Amino acid sequence: MIHSLFLINCTGDIFLEKHWKSVVSQSVCDYFFEAQEKAVDVENVPPVISTPHHYLISIYRDKIFFVSVIQTEVPPLFVIEFLHRVADTFQDYFGECSETAIKDNVVIVYELLEEMLDNGFPLATESNILKELIKPPTILRSVVNSITGSSNVGDTLPTGQLSNIPWRRAGVKYTNNEAYFDVIEEIDAIIDKSAALHNVCYTLDKVLSVFFCCFFFFKLSGIPDLSLSFMNPRLLDDVSFHPCIRFKRWESERVLSFIPPDGNFRLISYRVSSQNLVAIPVYVKHMISFKENSSSGRFDVTIGPKQNMGKTVEGVVMTVHMPKAVLNMNLTSTQGSYTFDPVTKVLTWDVGKITPQKLPNLKGIVNLQSGAPKPEENPSLNIQFKIQQLAISGLKVNRLDMYGEKYKPFKGVKYITKAGKFQVRT
Amino acid sequence: KYFTTTKKGEIFELKAELNSDKKEKKKEAVKKVIASMTVGKDVSALFPDVVNCMQTDNLELKKLVYLYLMNYAKSQPDMAIMAVNTFVKDCEDPNPLIRALAVRTMGCIRVDKITEYLCEPLRKCLKDEDPYVRKTAAVCVAKLHDINAQLVEDQGFLDTLKDLISDSNPMVVANAVAALSEIAESHPSSNLLDLNPQSINKLLTALNECTEWGQIFILDCLANYMPKDDREAQSICERVTPRLSHANSAVVLSAVKVLMKFMEMLSKDLDYYGTLLKKLAPPLVTLLSAEPELQYVALRNINLIVQKRPEILKHEMKVFFVKYNDPIYVKLEKLDIMIRLASQANIAQVLAELKEYATEVDVDFVRKAVRAIGRCAIKVEQSAERCVSTLLDLIQTKVNYVVQEAIVVIKDIFRKYPNKYESVIATLCENLDSLDEPEARAAMIWIVGEYAERIDNADELLESFLEGFHDESTQVQLQLLTAIVKLFLKKPTETQELVQQVLSLATQDSDNPDLRDRGYIYWRLLSTDPVAAKEVVLAEKPLISEETDLIEPTLLDELICYIGTLASVYHKPPSAFVEGSRGVVHKSLPPRTGSSESAESPDTAVLLGDRLILDLGPPVSGPPMAATSVQMGAVDLLGGGLDSLMGGGSGFAAPSTAVPANLGAPLSSGLGDLFDLTGGVGTLSGSYVAPKTVWLPAMKAKGLEISGTFSRQVGSISMDLVLTNKALQVMSDFAIQFNRNSFGLAPAAPLQVHAPLAPNQSVEISLPLNTVGSVMKMDPLNNLQVAVKNNIDVFYFSTLYPLHILFVEDGKMERQMFLATWKDIPNENEAQFQIKDCSLNADAVSSKLQGSNIFTIAKRNVEGQDMLYQSLKLTNGIWVLAELRIQPSNPSFTLSLKCRAPEVAPYVYQAYETILKN
Repeated sequence: MIHSLFLINCTGDIFLEKHWKSVVSQSVCDYFFEAQEKAVDVENVPPVISTPHHYLISIYRDKIFFVSVIQTEVPPLFVIEFLHRVADTFQDYFGECSETAIKDNVVIVYELLEEMLDNGFPLATESNILKELIKPPTILRSVVNSITGSSNVGDTLPTGQLSNIPWRRAGVKYTNNEAYFDVIEEIDAIIDKSAALHNVCYTLDKVLSVFFCCFFFFKLSGIPDLSLSFMNPRLLDDVSFHPCIRFKRWESERVLSFIPPDGNFRLISYRVSSQNLVAIPVYVKHMISFKENSSSGRFDVTIGPKQNMGKTVEGVVMTVHMPKAVLNMNLTSTQGSYTFDPVTKVLTWDVGKITPQKLPNLKGIVNLQSGAPKPEENPSLNIQFKIQQLAISGLKVNRLDMYGEKYKPFKGVKYITKAGKFQVRT
Repeated sequence: KYFTTTKKGEIFELKAELNSDKKEKKKEAVKKVIASMTVGKDVSALFPDVVNCMQTDNLELKKLVYLYLMNYAKSQPDMAIMAVNTFVKDCEDPNPLIRALAVRTMGCIRVDKITEYLCEPLRKCLKDEDPYVRKTAAVCVAKLHDINAQLVEDQGFLDTLKDLISDSNPMVVANAVAALSEIAESHPSSNLLDLNPQSINKLLTALNECTEWGQIFILDCLANYMPKDDREAQSICERVTPRLSHANSAVVLSAVKVLMKFMEMLSKDLDYYGTLLKKLAPPLVTLLSAEPELQYVALRNINLIVQKRPEILKHEMKVFFVKYNDPIYVKLEKLDIMIRLASQANIAQVLAELKEYATEVDVDFVRKAVRAIGRCAIKVEQSAERCVSTLLDLIQTKVNYVVQEAIVVIKDIFRKYPNKYESVIATLCENLDSLDEPEARAAMIWIVGEYAERIDNADELLESFLEGFHDESTQVQLQLLTAIVKLFLKKPTETQELVQQVLSLATQDSDNPDLRDRGYIYWRLLSTDPVAAKEVVLAEKPLISEETDLIEPTLLDELICYIGTLASVYHKPPSAFVEGSRGVVHKSLPPRTGSSESAESPDTAVLLGDRLILDLGPPVSGPPMAATSVQMGAVDLLGGGLDSLMGGGSGFAAPSTAVPANLGAPLSSGLGDLFDLTGGVGTLSGSYVAPKTVWLPAMKAKGLEISGTFSRQVGSISMDLVLTNKALQVMSDFAIQFNRNSFGLAPAAPLQVHAPLAPNQSVEISLPLNTVGSVMKMDPLNNLQVAVKNNIDVFYFSTLYPLHILFVEDGKMERQMFLATWKDIPNENEAQFQIKDCSLNADAVSSKLQGSNIFTIAKRNVEGQDMLYQSLKLTNGIWVLAELRIQPSNPSFTLSLKCRAPEVAPYVYQAYETILKN
C-alpha cells in the first residue's frame, strides 16, 4: 500500500512529506529527479518509476508532482486515483492546489492526509466526510475560532462514514432547495490533414470520440431520492457512474435513480462513439507552408461554424506549437488578438465569438531562422470553443422526480458543448 | 505562516510555548511543531513537552499530538511509553471517534515495547459495537503484523480478522480483506484468505455496498479465487460486471481482471461469453479519456488484453491515435497497441497515421513509428507494397535517424517477401554514407550481401566498409564477414582478394570469439567443399515470424492474473522484480472446464548458457546463417586438412593459431581414480526411483515443460522424462544433449519423440543413459547440465541426479578384501554422517539397501548395537566402504564412509538417506 508521499515543485524542492508507515528517506526522490532530468519536459516524466527498493508512482497536477512511495505490489491505478483525489481535496479546501496554498495551510494538509489514509489504506476520501472531520479554512472561521477558542476539527463521528450513502451527510437543511445540472459535452477529435484541406464535410473516421459528463449541483434538504430520465438514453454508449447511482435500475429501465451528494459533483460520465456522432460544430481552413531556402513561410487560417443548430460558437481560442525554426510571425487578424511567444514558439489566437457573416481569419508571414532547413513537420492546431444551450450528442433530459421529501425544489438544466482535445492536423 | 520562525532559539521558544498554561497558545505551538516536522526539520527534542499536551479533551490538539507521536516515537521509544496510558484510556472513551483514533494511532507507533500494551485494547476494539471502530481495528492488525508478526499470530488476531470477513458491515469486511491480503503477501504459503463459495458470496454482497477503495480490495481478492465450475464462474462474472461502470478507474481495472480470468473457464459457445466480450470494450476505451498517468497504466494493461483476446478491441483502433500533446510515455504505448490491432481491415488508416507520426519532432517516437510501418508490412501482406513506398518517401526526407530506421525495417521486409521489392535497393545504396548506427549499417551490409548479384558495385561498397573493420561493432563485423563470403560465392572471380582479407581480419586480428569462430567456419567450409559452402551460406532462409515481440503464452497467462498491478506495468511476473521475492506464488489462469493442468512449481533450474558445448543437429541442414550468429557445432577444427579452396593453394594458409584447444579433450582433474572406467555388469535389481520433479518450467522454455527423474533397472540407467507442451504451437524435432559431467553420463540413444507434440499434450519418454561420455568434474559432483532442442529454440537446465543410479550390480566385495581395503584407505578419508529418524531394523535396512546395489558384507552386534559393513561400487570403478551403526533404541544411524575419492562421500550419504527414507 502507499508508504509515503512527497510533494515536489517544478524546481525540484521537496516541500512536504508524509509517511504512513516507517519513514522513508528523502533520498529516494533522487531516482525521481533522475527520471525528470531525462524526460526534459515535466509532462513526460513516466508515472511509474522503479528504484532498487521502492516504486515511485507520481502524478503531475497544477505544477506540483505528487510522488508516492510504494514497497509492495499494489495496483498503480489505485495509487494514481488516490493521488488525484488528494489534489482534488486540496483544491476543494483551499480554492487552489498550489505550493503556496499548501504551505500556508500545512497543518490542515497534514490532518487531511492523516484522515485520508491509514497505514496506506484509504480511510475517508469523500469531501463531505472530510469536511465534517476537518473544517476548511475560511477567514471568518479563523476569526471566530480565535475569539471562542473552538477548533476546526469536528468531534462527532462523521455521519456518512458508515451509512450506505457515505457521500451524503445527514441533517442537510436549506431554505431554498435547488437542483441544477449542467450537461457538459466535450468533443475529443483529431481532424485529419486531408479532410481539412479539401474543406469538405469532415469524414467521421478521423473523429475519435466524444466524451461527455453531467455535472450536478444540488442544494436539497434532507435525504431526497431522485430519479432522472433522458429522452434518448440509448445514445449513451458507455457510462461511468458516481457510486450513488443504482445500477440495477439503469440496466433495466435506463433511469438514473440516486440519493445525491450535497453540493457540486460529477454524476455521470458518458461516451458516444463516433459512429453515432452527427457533426463537428466548427471547421478550419488552413494554409501553412514553408518555402524551400527562403527562410519564410505563409500562414492562413480561417475558422467557421458548422451545423450548430443556430447556436453561437463562442470562446474560440486557437493555440499552435510552431516548429523550432520559427523566429517570429507577422500576422493580421480580422477578429480577436493573437500573441506569439518566441521562446516557447506558441501562437495563441483568441478569437472570441464567431459570426457566420464574417468568418475570423488570421494570416501573414512566418519568419524562420536564416539558414535553418525547411521544417519537416507541420504544426497541429489546437482549438477550443464553447456552445451554450446545445448538447451536440442530442441528449435531452426528460424529467427529474424527487421522492422521500415533501418540498418542491427549483430545477434547472443547462447544456454546454465544449472542445475537449480538439486537434486539426495541417 | 508557520514557517516564519526560523531564528536560532526556535526549539527553545517552542518549548516555552508548549508548556504555557493557555490552551490556545499550546495549540498554536503544537501546530508550529507539526509544520516544522512536515518539512523534515528535526523537532524530536520537544518530545516530552509535546507528549505532555496529550491529556486533553480538545480533539484537535489530541490529533496533532498523535501526529507528532507517530513520527517520532521510533527515535524516542522510552518516552513513547509515557503515552501508553492515555492510549489505553482513550480506547475506552464513550466517543467511537476517539476510540478509533486511539487504536489507529497506537498501531502507527512502531516501537516493540509499546506493541505489548496494544494487544488488549486492540482485542476489545476488534469486537467493538461500533463498526467504525471495528474497521479501524482491522487495519491495525495489519500494522501490528508488520511490526511483530509472531505476536499477532500468538494472540490469535488472525482468526479474529478472518471472522470479520463475515461482519454485517461492508466497510468492515472490505478492511478485513485488505488487511488479510497485506498480511498474506508476506506469508505466501499461509492460507489466510481461504475462499469458499460461502465467503465469496459474502464478499460479492459487500462489494456492492462498500467504498470504492474497498471494492478494489475485494475485487483483487476475488481474482485469487478458483471457481469450481463454469456456472460458478459465470455467476461471479455477472455480479462483478456492474463495477465496469464505476467512476474510479482502479475499480474498473480490477473488475476487468476478475472477468478476464474467469472468462477463461467459460465455454466460447455460451451466449454469455459473447455478451461479456462486448461489455469489456467500452470501459477500457473510457479509461483512455482520463489523466495521462491513468492512461499509461491502462494502456500497459490493454497491451496484455489485446494479446490475450484481440477480439475485444478490434473495432476501437481510433481511440489509440496519438495526439501531438500526449506525453511521450502515452504515445509509445498507443503506437504499440495500434500495431497489435492492425489488420487488413484497418491497415490503410493505420499507415496514414504512422506516416503522420514519422514527421513528428520527438526522435524516439519517430523511430518507433518508422519501425511500426515495417511491422505492419510484415503482419499484413496486402499492405506490404504501400508500406515500402511509405518508407521510401520517408527515406527521401533525408532525416538521418528516419533513414536509418527505415533501412533496418526494409531489411526485415526483404526477409519476409524475398524477390519482391529489390527495385528499391538503388535508393537505399544512395544513403550508405549517412548511416552511422551499427544496426542500420549491419542491415545495409546484409542487403548488399544478399543481393550482391544485382548490385554492380557490391564489392566496392563492401570494401569501403572493410577499411574501418576494427572500429565497427561486433554486429557489423559479423554481418560484413557473412556478406563478403556471400559475395564471393556469387562472384568468385573478382572478389577472391576481398574474401581473403576479411577472413584474415576476422580470424587473426580479432579478439572476439564469435567473430573468430565464424571466420574459421567459413574458412574451413570454403576450403573443403565450396559446393557445400554455397549450400550452407546461400541456403534458403527460414521466414521471419509475424510478430516477434509477443509475450510468451505462459507468461501472458500469468500476467493476465496480475492485471492492474505493477506486474502488468512491467510485463514481468512479480517474482522477477518484487523486493526480496519472498517466494511469490505463481498465479495461473483457471483451466477451461474439462481440461486439467498441473500446477507449476517454482523452478530450480539454473541457466547455464555458454558453459554447454552444443551439438544439436548437424549444422549443414540450412541454419539461419544470415541474420543470427552461426550456431557452431563441436566441429574439430584441427581434424581435417585445411586445404586451400582455390586448388592452387593461392595463399590460403591454414591458420594454426588460436584454435580452441579444449574441445573434446577430457580435462584431467584432481579426481584421480574417478577416471578408471570399468563398466558394471548387471544383475537383476531395481533401485529406488524418486518421483518426477519439474526440471524446466514452461515459463523459461517458451512453453516446453520438462519434468523427470532418474532410475536404474537391471543394470541400465535411464532418465524418465515427461515433456509437456504448454505453448500454442506444435513442437517437433526434439533433441537432447548433456554437458560433460563427473561420471560421464550421456544419452545412449537419441531422444525419440515419435509424433510432434501438440499444444497441451504430454509425452512420457524413457531415455537410456550410459556412462561412457566425456568426463569433467562438476560442482556439485552430481550436477548434470542438459540442453534440449526443439523446433522453437534450445533450452538449458541443470539437475542433480541421485548417486545411487551409479551403483553397479557387482558391488559386493569379498570379506577379506573389504578388511584389507578398509585398513588401506587412510583415516583422513573417512567421513561420518548421521541418518536421522529412521525406524527400520538392521535386516530391513540391509535388504532395502541391497535393492539399490548397496551390499551388506557382514553384520555384527556390539554392545546391543548392530553394525553393518557394506560396500558399493560406482560405474567408474570407485569402491565405497561403509559402516552403519544402528542402535535399537535410537532412530539415528551413524554412517561411516571410507573411499579413495572422498569427494563422493557426501553424495553416497545422500543416496543412503533417500533410499532409507522412501
